[in-house]
Amino acid sequence: MKKIINDPSTVVSDALNGVEAAHPELKVDHQNKVIYRGDSPRHGKVGIISGGGSGHEPLHGGFVGLGMLDAACAGEVFTSPVPDQMVAATKLVDGGAGVLHVVKNYTGDVLNFEMGAELAAAETGVEVVAVVTDDDVAVQDSTWTAGRRGVGVTVLLEKIAGAAAEQGRGLAEVADVARRVNANGRSMGAALTSCTVPAVGHPTFELGDDEFELGVGIHGEPGRQRLPLVPARELAELLVEPILADLPFDSGDGVIAFVNGLGGTPLIELYVLYAEVARILAAHGVTVARSLVGPFITSLDMAGASVTLLKVDDELLGLWDAPVRTPALRWGI
Amino acid sequence: MTNSVTGAAIDGWLRAFARLVAEHEDELTRLDAAIGDADHGANMNRGLTAAAVALDELAAGDPPPAAGPRLTKVGMTLISTVGGAAGPLFGTFFLRMGNALAEQETPTALAAALRAGLAGVVQRGKAEAGDKTMYDALAPAVAAVETALAAGGSLADALAAASKAAEDGCAATVPLVARKGRASYLGERSVGHQDPGATTVSLFFRAALDSGVAG
Repeated sequence: MKKIINDPSTVVSDALNGVEAAHPELKVDHQNKVIYRGDSPRHGKVGIISGGGSGHEPLHGGFVGLGMLDAACAGEVFTSPVPDQMVAATKLVDGGAGVLHVVKNYTGDVLNFEMGAELAAAETGVEVVAVVTDDDVAVQDSTWTAGRRGVGVTVLLEKIAGAAAEQGRGLAEVADVARRVNANGRSMGAALTSCTVPAVGHPTFELGDDEFELGVGIHGEPGRQRLPLVPARELAELLVEPILADLPFDSGDGVIAFVNGLGGTPLIELYVLYAEVARILAAHGVTVARSLVGPFITSLDMAGASVTLLKVDDELLGLWDAPVRTPALRWGI
Repeated sequence: MTNSVTGAAIDGWLRAFARLVAEHEDELTRLDAAIGDADHGANMNRGLTAAAVALDELAAGDPPPAAGPRLTKVGMTLISTVGGAAGPLFGTFFLRMGNALAEQETPTALAAALRAGLAGVVQRGKAEAGDKTMYDALAPAVAAVETALAAGGSLADALAAASKAAEDGCAATVPLVARKGRASYLGERSVGHQDPGATTVSLFFRAALDSGVAG
């Protein structure tokens, strides 16, 4: 294992020190491992918090700031945060208008956020609504599993719901917008390599030089199939076609097309993939209204990419275009 | 032979559990690596190490607390320190057990507390029999305690039966297809592996035999 770290056991704390040093507009509660807006709480604004295991940066801490999240709870690498962290974050951002919890659909995340919401409400009376993302079409049998995983749509949801909250909308309305984003977005990923968890020290799984895993999760969970490596144009089809068929997306739909890097794949390859994704969407008559290309929800050093498509209307597009100022996304300001 | 569930007896049981999990940390992590994300042993050991410190603080109290508050404290500590799905599930188990046991020290009260703990796990995790989870070891163990006591058995008889039932339930998870948690994404590929959470439950009941609680 070759990593730029001091000690595997201090990776999360050391990274939080870096976030605090690099972004003076943000604050860090080191005891609870919470990154939050320096101007929290904003009176009368719905607070939005998220969180999850670390190792997916910039998700979630890199999305804290104006127009997006108010706070993010950092768990250990690939381990959900504990309820105390969500209680602390909820209290830090509660401006009297309630707090939205954005939770990716993993059993640990869902259970810990549920307990955090119950404890925060019991302690302070704050109104909490949770919205769970579950956009990964790779999980086909959602009846006999823990359900679809929350992946790329989480990034788009945090931006769009964040804008709705920034406009001063109420908790119920912000939560509705968030649910609408989750309902209209689908994702699929592929890994060319495993990732290496610092505390483990060796790759989570083995993939041959000539293989890739289709439908992989963001923690190295196995996907639908292990296949011989193919050119980008074929990989794009394997990722996009199941997404289009699932919602389904139809000719004439407008989408936000998001090609995401899993951490170990350079941007040049993500653009190679994006070109193929755009070609396939055009062939299906799907209009790309906006695009996002880059590593935004990663899996440590995993090489690979995911594609997320979100069907949008004018309202969602307006919220997407609204100003945002966070470490990882900033425009309109 | 005692037939009473004192604060000291529960203290011994919980510490024996912490020791067993520490001894089996690598095994639990190996089981989790096969069908989960390879952190169950480390997470449970971190939580139970913190729980042992909390038990030290409680034991120093004057008067030392009864069994119920000690279980509650361990539950709260696990919820705050373990993370993942295991933190809320094992934490809720001990929390509900402690709240149900309160000041009572009879074997029947312990059986009722175990039943309340199980109900908490089901409420939070929504697992059913055969989902390949901690439920598959815990539910038979709780039933075994109730059956043994109803048949006039001693606390020691009941806990021995529980330990046997938990181990059998744990072994019975091997051929199952996982339907909950991260292991469920493996589908058929989860067959042939023992569930790590069920394994931890069997360590909990084995710990009862290693400690003073069973007399």
